[in-house]
Amino acid sequence: MSAPRRGDGVTLGPPGPEPTDLGRFGEFGGRFVPETLVPALEELELEFRRAWTSPEFREEYAQLLAQYAGRPTPVTECHRLSEHLGVRVLLKREDLTHTGSHKINNVLGQALLTQRMGKRRVIAETGAGQHGVATATACALFGLDCIVFMGAVDVERQALNVFRMQLLGAEVIPVTSGSATLKDAINDALRDWVASVQSTHYCIGSVVGPHPFPWMVREFQRIVGDEAREQTRSILGGDPDFVVACVGGGSNAMGTFAGFTDTDAQLIGVEAGGLGIETGHHGASVSRGVPGALHGARSLYLQNEDGQILEAHSISAGLDYPGVGPEHAALAASGRAEYPSATDVEALAGFQLLSKLEGIVPALEPAHAVGWLMREAGNRVPKDSTVMLTMSGRGDKDAMQVSEMLAEQAGR
Amino acid sequence: MNLEATLRGARDRGAKLLVPYVTGGLGRGWLDVVRAVAAAGADAIEVGIPFSDPVMDGRTIQEASQRALDIGATPGSIIDELDGLDAGVPIAVMTYYNPVHHMGHERFAQRLSASGIDAAIVPDLPLDELNGWADAADAADVETVLLAAPTTSDERLHAICERSRGFVYGVALLGITGERTELAVEATEMGRRLKAVTDKPVLLGLGISNPDQARVAAASSDGVIVGSALVRRLLEGGGPEGAAEFVHELRQGLDQG
Ligand SMILES: Cc1ncc(COP(=O)(O)O)c(C=O)c1O
Repeated sequence: MSAPRRGDGVTLGPPGPEPTDLGRFGEFGGRFVPETLVPALEELELEFRRAWTSPEFREEYAQLLAQYAGRPTPVTECHRLSEHLGVRVLLKREDLTHTGSHKINNVLGQALLTQRMGKRRVIAETGAGQHGVATATACALFGLDCIVFMGAVDVERQALNVFRMQLLGAEVIPVTSGSATLKDAINDALRDWVASVQSTHYCIGSVVGPHPFPWMVREFQRIVGDEAREQTRSILGGDPDFVVACVGGGSNAMGTFAGFTDTDAQLIGVEAGGLGIETGHHGASVSRGVPGALHGARSLYLQNEDGQILEAHSISAGLDYPGVGPEHAALAASGRAEYPSATDVEALAGFQLLSKLEGIVPALEPAHAVGWLMREAGNRVPKDSTVMLTMSGRGDKDAMQVSEMLAEQAGR
Repeated sequence: MNLEATLRGARDRGAKLLVPYVTGGLGRGWLDVVRAVAAAGADAIEVGIPFSDPVMDGRTIQEASQRALDIGATPGSIIDELDGLDAGVPIAVMTYYNPVHHMGHERFAQRLSASGIDAAIVPDLPLDELNGWADAADAADVETVLLAAPTTSDERLHAICERSRGFVYGVALLGITGERTELAVEATEMGRRLKAVTDKPVLLGLGISNPDQARVAAASSDGVIVGSALVRRLLEGGGPEGAAEFVHELRQGLDQG
């Protein structure tokens, strides 16, 4: 495969490895759901397996990615940032896709599947609103009914995306239970699905949930890593030393890592450090979570000594989740990937630095990856290393929030 | 006591079975509620161990769970408080898999057993994921009740009935717990399908909200589980007397059927 360029068509790489029995990645994954949902998940697994090896489906999906989502996205070499940090930085530009984040890759695949299954109603959860916007977009494109569950706290801090979803014809349902953020939005989406499963597809937005979701969503996101590997090779003449992506549920990171697992690159997933790991207010599920089962999968979750799930904290709604996809839990256990964190403050610094030096305003989620690199360049990432970092989305949605926070910081 | 033996015994005497659900740790007097419910005609009682993220539950039980957690209920405290309870009927705990997993399969099963708790219902642990827990439960003499749903295929239904202990829990609607004005259309069909494949007691639950609905649901099955309608009365301050009164009405409804 030669390096994909904008304007070329999209060529899908071969399917990646399937998890073992009942969706296991090592000791993680599985299907911990109410009996009512089991038959629908079995059907979805069959349909996806069939579709993913079907030339017609793959062709249709590739066409959508090219003509609708605007793929391939470029890899941009960041000359000024590289000079500033003393390491050579390349960005995979998912911020340039239609709707402005990697989430579109997954929803186009799932919308096609929804059609194949003959369902007409789609539900989704959203944190930052990016997955909600992407789902509403795909539903508008395919003429499907779309309902998005969104934590009331997130409805507040992501007002722009709420309006975008409504404009696209989706109904946004604010969720007030629990911490009123992403975890609770998933709870309510699951509650809806238990009642509506015969007519409705649940379009999960990350590599979380019961089998087959973590596998399927990784496969729909692997285009990010497959493209980036070839593009990085053509720029660097080889593989990068580090591959870095932010981790909420972990879909942009998993899609990215999928292209690099068989290289020598060190894989780094950056979690939300929130107010600082030591404060307990963070979203660092891999480094501080313990094994448990939530939202259908055995994975790592933030929980108290009685097994009650804790609220996560992050400046970015998209990383404000107390769990992580099971494949990440397995990659952490095997040591193939590492999961450090960046704090709210570090993410804000990354947000500003990338804007000033490269003219690229990142979403707050990947700003964590930039913040981590600022801290670790010359340390964990030795001088002159090469780094491929996934810019999972653009920062327009966060501009208001960041401007308020910076004003607050300045006032203090 | 043994849940299945007790329920079979009552059924074979010609009675319809009534299993009310009470959220554990909901107020200081929650054990009095359990006793009152038993005295008012329950054949067994389901005690909920609250979990932070109850995805099978509607607003009423969500709120009850949250209130119980807020005043300090934990899996350990509820299991301990049930120790020595002289309700005179079998007790089954109902919780989600994470608290069980967190305590550890063996430890959870042994603690239930040590507290004289007969059975466990874990709605997000379906047949295919059962092994680790069910082995530990069997070893500790704790009966694991499995759920069958309207969406379950006939083939799975057989396997579920085969593996279930205590009784088979027929999900009486497509959805989550919560009161409904009408009995769901799925209820009778669920009861009929289960009765056709198993001799174990078959109870229908979810959405059954009043004596009339209980009577109709029990006509196609061996009895009913009633949760939200009872828990709402507790949330409204009904206390042991209010709970007993409602359970008594349910009992009468079933006895008329
Ligand atoms: C731009 C962006 N990046 C990352 C994420 C986090 O999700 P994931 O970890 O699944 O990539 C989100 C979620 O909303 C997002 O909008």
